[in-house]
Amino acid sequence: MSEGILRDARKASAAPEGLRQMREGIRDAVPVMAGYFAVSFALGITMKRAGLTPWQGFWMSLLNNASAGEYAGLAMITAGAPLWELALMTLIANARYLLMSCALSQKLSPKVSVGSRLAIGFDVTDELFGLAVARPGKLDPCYYYGAMLLALPGWALGTMTGVVAGQALPQVLVGALGVALYGMFLAVIIPPCRKSRVLGGLVALSFAASFACSVLPLLKTLSGGTRTILLTVILSALAAWKFPVKEENA
Amino acid sequence: MTQVWMQILVMAAVTFAVRAVPLTILRKPITNSFVRSFLYYVPYVTLAVMTFPAILSDAGSPAAGLIAFAVGILLAFRGAGLFATSVCCCAAVLLAQLL
Repeated sequence: MSEGILRDARKASAAPEGLRQMREGIRDAVPVMAGYFAVSFALGITMKRAGLTPWQGFWMSLLNNASAGEYAGLAMITAGAPLWELALMTLIANARYLLMSCALSQKLSPKVSVGSRLAIGFDVTDELFGLAVARPGKLDPCYYYGAMLLALPGWALGTMTGVVAGQALPQVLVGALGVALYGMFLAVIIPPCRKSRVLGGLVALSFAASFACSVLPLLKTLSGGTRTILLTVILSALAAWKFPVKEENA
Repeated sequence: MTQVWMQILVMAAVTFAVRAVPLTILRKPITNSFVRSFLYYVPYVTLAVMTFPAILSDAGSPAAGLIAFAVGILLAFRGAGLFATSVCCCAAVLLAQLL
C-alpha cells in the first residue's frame, strides 16, 4: 500500500508521466463533454427564461459546474429571492459534493498540494467524481486536470449555446428541451431505487410531498425554492433518522 | 444587471466552498452516522422535489409533462443512461405536442 503511494508520488513528479495521465483524463472525458454539452444546453434554455444573457450563462456555468445547483439557484433568482436564500439553496442543492469531496480526499496522496486540491475542488461533479474513483490506486491530479480540460468548456459553452439558441427556437422545441434536465435528474435518482426500497419509498414520498405542497392551501404560497429547501431538510433528516445508511453505501 | 453578476458570484463562492473545503481541510472521513446518512439522502430528495410537479409546468402542457415524467421514470428504471433518458423525455414532449 505505502509502496503504491510512493510509486504514484514519483510518477506524479515526473513530467512525462504527468502528461500521460493528462492524456488519459482527456480521453476518458470525451463522453462526459458530449453529455455536458447537451444537458447544459437545456440549462441555458432555463437561464434564458430567467432573463440571463448568454455571457452571464457562460460565466455561471464556468464558475459553478453544477446542474442541480445552478438550476436551484436559477429558481431562486427567478423568484427574486434575497442573496442569503440563494446562498442557502446553492449550499443545499450541492450538499452531496461534501460527501464526494470527502471520499475524493482519501483518493489523493498526502503529497498532493493545497493548490492542487483547490484546483480539483473547482470541478467536483457527479461525472468527474465517477471517473476519479474508477482510477486504480491513488488519483494523479494530472489525470483530473485532463478531464477538466474537456468538461469545463463542454459545460460552459453548452450553456451559452442554449441561451442563444433558446431565444431563437420555436415554443414547442423549447418545451421539449426544457424537460431534458428533469430527464437527467430521473436518470440519477431512479436506478438506485431498484436496489433499495428505502430510496424508492423516499423518492416517491418526495414526489408526493412536493406535489402536495404545490396544491394545498397555505403551503402552495411557498416559493419553489423555499419548498425545495424545506422538503429536502425535513425528508432527508427523517430518512437518516429512520434508516441510517451503512458505511459502504454512504 | 449588476444584481445578476452578484448572484452568479454568490453561487460560485458557495459551490466552490462546498467542494474545496472538505478536499483541503477534512482529511478524515465523516464518522457521524446521522450526518453521513443525511448527506447520502439529500440528492435524491432535492432532485425528486425539483422534478415533480415542475416538469408538468415546464413542458408546454401538463399532459406532455406527465408523459415525459412517465417515460423518464420507465427508462431510468430500465437502466438507461443520463443522456438517453434525457433525450427520450424531450422526444416524448415533442411528440405529445405535435400530435
